[in-house]
Amino acid sequence: MLKINNLHASVEDKEILKGINLTVNAGEVHAIMGPNGSGKSTLAAVIAGKEEFEVTEGEVFLEGENLEDTSPEDRAHKGVFLSFQYPVEIPGVSVTNFMKTAINESRKAKGLEDMPAKDMLKLIREKSELLEIDRKFLSRSLNEGFSGGEKKRNEIFQMAMLEPKLAILDETDSGLDIDALRIVANGVNKLKSKDNAVIVITHYQRLLEYIVPDFVHVLHNGKIVKSGNKDLALELEEKGYDWLKQETVI
Amino acid sequence: MAYTEEELKKELETKEYEYGFYTDIESDTFPNGLNEEIVIAISKKKEEPEWMTLWRLESFKIWKEMVEPEWANVKYKKPDFQAISYYSAPNKKPKYESLDEVDPELLDTFKKLGISLDEQKKLAGVAVDIVMDSVSVATTFKKTLAEKGIIFCSISEAIKEHPELVKKYIGSVVPQKDNFYAALNSAVFSDGSFCYIPKGVRCPMELSTYFRINQAGTGQFERTLVIADEGSYVSYLEGCTAPSRDENQLHAAVVELIALDDAEIKYSTVQNWFPGNKDGQGGVFNFVTKRGLCEKNAKISWTQVETGSAVTWKYPSCILKGDNSIGEFYSIAVTNNFQQADTGTKMVHLGKNTKSTIISKGISAGKSQNSYRGLVQVNSRADNARNFSQCDSLLMGNECGAHTFPYIEVKNKSAQIEHEATTSKIGEDQIFYCNQRGIDTEKAIALIVNGFSKEVLNKLPMEFAVEAQKLLEISLEGSVG
Ligand SMILES: Nc1ncnc2c1ncn2[C@@H]1O[C@H](COP(=O)(O)OP(=O)(O)OP(=O)(O)O)[C@@H](O)[C@H]1O
Ligand SMILES: [Mg+2]
Repeated sequence: MLKINNLHASVEDKEILKGINLTVNAGEVHAIMGPNGSGKSTLAAVIAGKEEFEVTEGEVFLEGENLEDTSPEDRAHKGVFLSFQYPVEIPGVSVTNFMKTAINESRKAKGLEDMPAKDMLKLIREKSELLEIDRKFLSRSLNEGFSGGEKKRNEIFQMAMLEPKLAILDETDSGLDIDALRIVANGVNKLKSKDNAVIVITHYQRLLEYIVPDFVHVLHNGKIVKSGNKDLALELEEKGYDWLKQETVI
Repeated sequence: MAYTEEELKKELETKEYEYGFYTDIESDTFPNGLNEEIVIAISKKKEEPEWMTLWRLESFKIWKEMVEPEWANVKYKKPDFQAISYYSAPNKKPKYESLDEVDPELLDTFKKLGISLDEQKKLAGVAVDIVMDSVSVATTFKKTLAEKGIIFCSISEAIKEHPELVKKYIGSVVPQKDNFYAALNSAVFSDGSFCYIPKGVRCPMELSTYFRINQAGTGQFERTLVIADEGSYVSYLEGCTAPSRDENQLHAAVVELIALDDAEIKYSTVQNWFPGNKDGQGGVFNFVTKRGLCEKNAKISWTQVETGSAVTWKYPSCILKGDNSIGEFYSIAVTNNFQQADTGTKMVHLGKNTKSTIISKGISAGKSQNSYRGLVQVNSRADNARNFSQCDSLLMGNECGAHTFPYIEVKNKSAQIEHEATTSKIGEDQIFYCNQRGIDTEKAIALIVNGFSKEVLNKLPMEFAVEAQKLLEISLEGSVG
């Protein structure tokens, strides 16, 4: 599904990713953990194609295809989805209108007609029920005045609507209350299949109790310094990152 | 393609005026220059009664004594008023009963504009009075309107057929001496539209006029007069496009609305005149005086979408004379490249319990300057007057400007005035967020701009709203077409 080779990326001549290697197969869940500022969100943004970051070395492959010259919207059309750590507000554009535009733009890219209104409504109903989202919510301006938790739940609603191949969830758990965390995690689990993959970026073991990862990676100073199974997350929760920092030669 | 400030800027610059073409319909044009003889000649050409000729001459005298105003936040080379021709009319001016009889070249022009008459016909309920250059060349749906006693015709026709109405109301809201451009218009106005809705009649369709400026070097001086008699209602649409041209074209229109007791007038404008090329050359100078008078319990709403013109100077206003009258102003003004817009409104509260609402959305891109100028005036007798104003500006890139000049003059302690203003910028993060969801940059900008303008777009009649959205996209996007 996703293969990252020796990826280096920088912003304003400051190197942030310093040689990342990562392979994610269809059907897998990977967790990425690591201290603040280690480069987790940057990695997510680079995979999604944010051009603010310059890839200086290495490649990202999606289903065998080098994404080097692929625009963010084309990556989205190919099935990359990013649940943002800080979702952006778009005043005056309702969640429904935004989703309608997103879905129809993707369909257009694939040479399909706009989705008929009837199907769109059905999809919205189905997915909003999955995430226990009040329908009134969908007529509000995108993320404007949403609480932290509402924003995150809305991100996963969008994921459910778009049914991506590769979903990257950047700290989707932070800001969610206990019930919301369960609802969102359930939603993600229901969307999981042998044909798609999920990368979960998180600081907390708690989320991983719901969305159980096949692999856990620790990112530190722009590199993956340790990989393991779900037990690694427990170990980190217990010991923190210091022992890893000491183990690594910086 | 992801969005950077640099790229957006470039993209916006490459947008050339889409409707840059020119129709060659043989026309008869006056020599350049303005003096009493020209004023008399215009009046004669239009076979006007003597009172009209005298009114024009009086206006001309007033205009000669006036100077061009300089207080607006716009810079331009002042037009040479002696280098303009003040009359131009298509040579053949037949009146058509049906659209099929209209000059095919004209129909073709409308097709290019994407507002073909075929399309118009399908938009059931829209009567179109086309003002091509200065003379009306087609009027439709006239019969249906006539059955209800509604008069909808060119102002020239009204002067001849309904002199008592014109005489009573022309200049009653915008006096000849009101301002420099209004005085000029009063002296030389070429044509325009006239509309009268009788007592208690609800106009069954949107009345719509498309204005065009078509003759090289011909200033256009439209005069519009809309009278809604007691308890009547009318929704009036005005839409404009103009061919691309090297030299500046002057447009100084006057629109007067009169809403008598319990009447309501909704006046919507979509304006898309040539804004000049990306180097700031050419483009229409648009100096417009629009004002409405509300009698008791009357209501006037101005809604405008302004995307065109090199220089815009325009303040649709309401005089809330009658008790309980309501004035509304909803505006979207887009400026790009070197465009300059100084626009806003005046709400003059004279009667008791009068209410006004102002919603202004300014969108600036390129090196353009976009100013909102609004005056809310509450007279000493206007007990319990209320006003709410909201002025929002959206900036794209770092080289454009947005300015807000709200003036408030209150002479009555019971007045409640609220003013809100915001300025925001389309952020890279917003664009990337949209991109990530599969929406390309161009579409993302359209989406954000439409969201920003929504409160105003919602006020437009349906078919106009669609056109307005299209215009917003065209004015701001790069690679359209
Ligand atoms: N646009 C930028 N300009 C300059 N520095 C940046 C930019 N974006 C990210 N950085 C820096 O890159 C480093 C990695 O940031 P990133 O957001 O990827 O961290 P993170 O691992 O997601 O942290 P957190 O756990 O706090 O979310 C930080 O030091 C950050 O300040
Ligand atoms: Mg982060």
